[in-house]
Amino acid sequence: MGSKYETVIGLEVHVQLATRTKIFCGCSTKFGADPNTQVCPVCLGLPGSLPVLNKRAFEYAIKVALALECDIQGTVKFDRKNYYYPDLPKNYQISQFDMPIAYNGRVVLTSGDGERAIGITRAHMEEDAGKLLHDQDPASSFIDLNRTGTPLLEIVSEPDMRSPSEAYEYLKILKQTIKYLDVSDCNMEEGSLRCDANISLRTKGSKALGSKVEIKNLNSFKAVRDALLYEQERQEDLLEEGGAVKQETRLWDENNAVTLSMRSKEEAQDYRYFPEPDLVPFEVGREVVERIRSELPELPSAKKSRFIECYGLDAGDAELLVSERPVACFFEAVLEECDDVRSVLNWIKGEVLKHLKEHQAGLDALKLTPSGLASIITMTASGKISGLAAKEVLKDHLVSGRLPSEIVKEKGLEQVSDTAELDAVAARVIEDNPKSAGDYRSGKKNALSFLIGQVMRETKGKANPKLAGEILSKKLSE
Amino acid sequence: MKDIFKSIEAYRLWEKEEPRSPEDKASFIADRIDVSDRDLNAFITLDREAFSRKAKAAFSPERRKSPLGGVPVAVKSNICVEGELTTCASRMLEGFRPPYNATVIEKLDHEGAFVISGANMDEFAFGSSCETSAYGPSRNPWDEDRIPGGSSGGSAVAVSSGQVVCALGSDTGGSIRQPASLCGVVGFKPTYGRVSRYGLIAFASSLDQIGPLARNVTDCATLLKAISGYDEKDSTSVNIEVPDYCASLGMDIKGMKVGMPSEYFQEGIDGDVQERLREAVKALEELGAEILEVSLPHTRYAVSCYYIIGPAEASSNLGRYDGVHYGYRDEEARDMIDMYVRSRTEGFGDEAKRRIILGTYALSSGYYEAYYLKALKVRTCIAEDFRKAFEVCDAIVTPTSPTTAFRIGEKSNDPLKMYLSDIFTIPANLAGIPAVSIPCGLGDNGMPVGMQLMAAPFAEEKLIRIAHAFERNTGFHELKPGTIED
Repeated sequence: MGSKYETVIGLEVHVQLATRTKIFCGCSTKFGADPNTQVCPVCLGLPGSLPVLNKRAFEYAIKVALALECDIQGTVKFDRKNYYYPDLPKNYQISQFDMPIAYNGRVVLTSGDGERAIGITRAHMEEDAGKLLHDQDPASSFIDLNRTGTPLLEIVSEPDMRSPSEAYEYLKILKQTIKYLDVSDCNMEEGSLRCDANISLRTKGSKALGSKVEIKNLNSFKAVRDALLYEQERQEDLLEEGGAVKQETRLWDENNAVTLSMRSKEEAQDYRYFPEPDLVPFEVGREVVERIRSELPELPSAKKSRFIECYGLDAGDAELLVSERPVACFFEAVLEECDDVRSVLNWIKGEVLKHLKEHQAGLDALKLTPSGLASIITMTASGKISGLAAKEVLKDHLVSGRLPSEIVKEKGLEQVSDTAELDAVAARVIEDNPKSAGDYRSGKKNALSFLIGQVMRETKGKANPKLAGEILSKKLSE
Repeated sequence: MKDIFKSIEAYRLWEKEEPRSPEDKASFIADRIDVSDRDLNAFITLDREAFSRKAKAAFSPERRKSPLGGVPVAVKSNICVEGELTTCASRMLEGFRPPYNATVIEKLDHEGAFVISGANMDEFAFGSSCETSAYGPSRNPWDEDRIPGGSSGGSAVAVSSGQVVCALGSDTGGSIRQPASLCGVVGFKPTYGRVSRYGLIAFASSLDQIGPLARNVTDCATLLKAISGYDEKDSTSVNIEVPDYCASLGMDIKGMKVGMPSEYFQEGIDGDVQERLREAVKALEELGAEILEVSLPHTRYAVSCYYIIGPAEASSNLGRYDGVHYGYRDEEARDMIDMYVRSRTEGFGDEAKRRIILGTYALSSGYYEAYYLKALKVRTCIAEDFRKAFEVCDAIVTPTSPTTAFRIGEKSNDPLKMYLSDIFTIPANLAGIPAVSIPCGLGDNGMPVGMQLMAAPFAEEKLIRIAHAFERNTGFHELKPGTIED
């Protein structure tokens, strides 16, 4: 921002931890089931029911905490956050108040000039609420409690971000990191990652924070950036006109691309937090933390540096490969069987990612194998199949999972490198295209590519184009 | 009414002498309760359908091999029994039938006990007289103009009047022991964590504990053994092996050290209660116990501390009764907030509202430190007092209640006076220690007096040992209300 103001942004991110069962009961967390089919007395908050902590949820939280370089709380303690809302059957949410499971971490941004660390204030575990359905009946609302009790990790950043694009990058890296850990889908559409943004402006050089606005209803990373950009401008205009920013919560209206006032801070609720008496605090064993630490995968930033160093990739390519863990792993797996880094990189960057996009799926959803791609690359390099045929083989292989060599054989894609056969085709092509042949002979050398194309067509792509070129030029100069 | 249910032993004898088909037995028991309950109101409703449904399983001959097989056990209406009305004596849970069983009910079913749900109580266990029940007060069988104590009043009345052999109650600040004392029966509050709370509708989660009531220590020990034990569904239950409580029966108490806390024998206790206690202590001494003085200096803060922590937790626990998901809902409400307000205004009684407001206040921002946090600190001091005391003694003896049963209506307009009924029982809940109340004679008005014994966490066996020795040698448990024939 080229103005006299500095923007200060902090983000609160809720991540659903992808445990099989809920945080305090044995109900399934599967998304998309019929309403109220994944419930029991505990998550329904029926009188007399009691919560029992899901160990896996706790371990997932520790995993994220370690990946974000957080300190881990010595004791796990839960608190009750009391408020009334129909999607919260107990009218209190089991959360963590004064002793979050993790605190004091960081996320390192790399896209600007050099690295910039964004502090993580805290991350705490809590239970998700249900969903209200307002579109079922004109007179009443319905409640689906399937989501109630899904484990959440709320990750609160320091107000360290200075622009909407930094907020965007922070979210991108956070999501990437958590996905690497395989503890959440981080899918904003399905609500497994949700974000509220806090933004305020202050005069450059000032240490004090301005009045902050919290923005809710942000349904994509883009929405986060757009809403922050809008709000940054709105606040700047207000301040420029000599007005003051009101501390309040605002909703992002995606359709009209504006933020709207929701409630002011004076109406803020008193949540009456107190220690959850139904869950006994317990010590976090050092050995548990160390075991989880030892199980952490290589994280994106480390992987990127290693790719640059070990494979001589440039930063952009390395970044692209590590952006999703399965892709990075696939890259290295292909290299186990084929040492042509360039080709592997180009195939993944080009064809593989193109198909992923087309199928709108992750690598695991396709039948593509590392040895499959390796053999396609090897066959191309040796001239057994043409580049064009290679693409066709890949397309078949990633859907069918058949061996590329089988596909080549069955579809008859092997390149024709038989001189006699090509000789005959070349002769026919020259005869059929006298004009191009004449052009070539009269010095228009690029007429050759047209003729090569014709040979390829005649052989249904099977001809080795390099060989075809040689034969044609030899014949034309005879 | 004939005293055929005075003990499990007596019940077995009756079974043998008057054999009946399971159905007949069920309706015999139901009729017996019905007749006496017109005066006593020990049960909110008697689910006759459940009686006949459960009769066959509970009264089958092979069940008799189990100590509790076929034994009628009344269950307080805040313990969930699948498919049977569990209302906490509140309009708020009118018609509420839990879709699941509390762990203690599962255990009783496993033992083959004949579970009778719906024993009357103070609404959501808020009270010491059973008068806050939305379904009318239970009455003391010794004098129907008097209260039976509370909150487990219905359970105590059902046992004391001989309607059932034994009962389950819940004790948050004395809710088992005080009515047991006032109705002349034995009531046992186990160590916090000894019995699963899963399915106990919470009042104050860090204080609540389910426990048995019976006419004698032996039956209490039998029932306690049946319901105790770690439950993975209750994170606050403790994974310590359950000893055979019945093995402590019949042992002598020679050389056991019983502490008398000076703080509990001061002003505020009726003269006749003091007198009975003095005699009881003497009896213990004659049985070979060594009586020594101990000090529990923080006891004087127990009631104040309890009336912060209890209501604070209750205000949160009762938040769920909002008319949205189950229970009472005002159908006239205009909108969501109106529905909350009307449903809670109409569904809760005065005492429940009083506690909710008290607890909400204590947890409010700006007051939390001054009240709730301070109360937690005091609680630690109280527990520490006990810990020190139990370094020198095996048990502590006190009156259970400072008075005998008072008249219905006598204290209902004076909450503070009512709250002081639990002055001797509250500390055990705050400290999480086990305590038992056993009959030790009658007051000047002919109403029962109870003696309380407390012990260190998980020292239930010591309590059973002392209580049983006392009972065996004094015979006070043989005293019974005039309505019961021999």
